[in-house]
Amino acid sequence: MPVAVFSQRKARVVAWLDERLALDRIREFLAHKTVPVHSGTIWYYFGGITLFLFGIQVATGILLLLYYRPTATEAYESVQFIVTRVEFGWLIRSLHSWSANLMILTAFVHMFSVAFLRGWRRPREVTWLSGIVLLGLTLAFGFSGYLLPWNTTAYFATKVGTDLAGSIPLIGPPLARFLRGGDDVTGGTLTRFFGFHVAVLPAVTTAVLAVHLALVQRFGISSPPWLKTSEGKVPQMRFVPNFLLRELMAWYAALAALGVLAALFPWPLGEKADPFAPAPAGIRPEWYFLAPFYTLKLLPSHVAFLEGEQAGLIGFGLLGLWWAALPFWGVRPDGRERTRLVTGTGVLLLAWLSSFTLLGYLK
Amino acid sequence: MPQVTRRSANWLLGGGVAGSLASFVYPVMRFLNPPATPEAPVNEVVVANAQQMLPNSGRVVKFGSKPVLLIRVGEAEWRAFGATCTHLNCTVQYRPESQQIWCACHNGFYDLNGRVVSGPPPRPLDEYAVRTRGQEIVIARKG
Ligand code: FES
Repeated sequence: MPVAVFSQRKARVVAWLDERLALDRIREFLAHKTVPVHSGTIWYYFGGITLFLFGIQVATGILLLLYYRPTATEAYESVQFIVTRVEFGWLIRSLHSWSANLMILTAFVHMFSVAFLRGWRRPREVTWLSGIVLLGLTLAFGFSGYLLPWNTTAYFATKVGTDLAGSIPLIGPPLARFLRGGDDVTGGTLTRFFGFHVAVLPAVTTAVLAVHLALVQRFGISSPPWLKTSEGKVPQMRFVPNFLLRELMAWYAALAALGVLAALFPWPLGEKADPFAPAPAGIRPEWYFLAPFYTLKLLPSHVAFLEGEQAGLIGFGLLGLWWAALPFWGVRPDGRERTRLVTGTGVLLLAWLSSFTLLGYLK
Repeated sequence: MPQVTRRSANWLLGGGVAGSLASFVYPVMRFLNPPATPEAPVNEVVVANAQQMLPNSGRVVKFGSKPVLLIRVGEAEWRAFGATCTHLNCTVQYRPESQQIWCACHNGFYDLNGRVVSGPPPRPLDEYAVRTRGQEIVIARKG
């Protein structure tokens, strides 16, 4: 077929698709989408990396579903079957566990970078809030998925976690029953957590993620306010192809890190949960719950009229709310920023999280 | 007059929609709440044979569906406590070195009367009665 005829046909197909899919609008939109270039540009990649790792979670999670069985008698054995008998089963499971952990890490990096670069300022308050909700959902994924192999550490982590939920004043007891599917952590809890992990949380997360991404599109990528004032317009790079290709490189780097971790340090399975065995020495939760865990360990059994963990929970709850409300107290009504308060809160929060995580790990 | 009719029509419609929504939500809420599983009342259980345990040792045994920590303190002295930590529900263990009961989860210690020695647990452990019947060790609910 002569070249001219071919290109004519191609143009016709493109025009046909254009008319039906409004491709020109998308093309137009992408052509104008840009990303600010400055010394902090590197932080813009972390949201995308988190998204990428979420994609890995969905893919490997679907694969694991083909063999996993969510009952107390079969769960542990089915994961054992996956990692010992199924070809590359060890790799898929290890990827799922490692990617989960990396995803939580990159989500935190993304959150703190947005906080420090002031990406939450007007009109992006709702974007920030949706991100906070996504972080909560991610942690819920972590907590519910952790139980699924039904091993000793998971069993006790869930006992402690749900009991902690049960000590919230008023709504605690019914909440704990709801989470456990009864008064104790049993096979019923496992089945419930499985339902949360593979159906409820993915559905909700997809919806909130859609809102989050749509808002990011709607308002574009923010640049820190101090750049705007000192240098006039912040230089920009085009999203397609400049930023996108760089982001893809970041995804490759994340994939490489993930592959190395998953292959060289396969995620251990531990021992099958036994409700009639004592909690083993040295038990502790996953690293992302270590900071609050270690704080609770330090609290005395009673603080004023509350039990220690109740006081702790109320403290964490207030701290979480304060942080989530950052866009609403970070700026004075007249539009001037409360710079020291914002940076101070962020630094303190980061310092508490990292130092207590480390302490919880070492002790 | 038409104003009033429109308004009451809106109320009717709104009320109907709200009512039907409630009729969907209520069963779902009830469904989410796990039914209580009645347990056959356990009063006494033969949990061990005296020969299986050395003095100054402990082990977790089943009392119905509950774990109970049985401790052989001395040759003829036995104690039993609910093995569920009063802090956040972990299962405790006996530490022969210090002759204390220990919870690994947040480092809670109890003495041999079940009272909190240190750490976060807010209350003492529940105590069970222990009797010996020949070589058999029997535990029972107290009181
Ligand atoms: S659960 Fe026993 S000390 Fe916390």
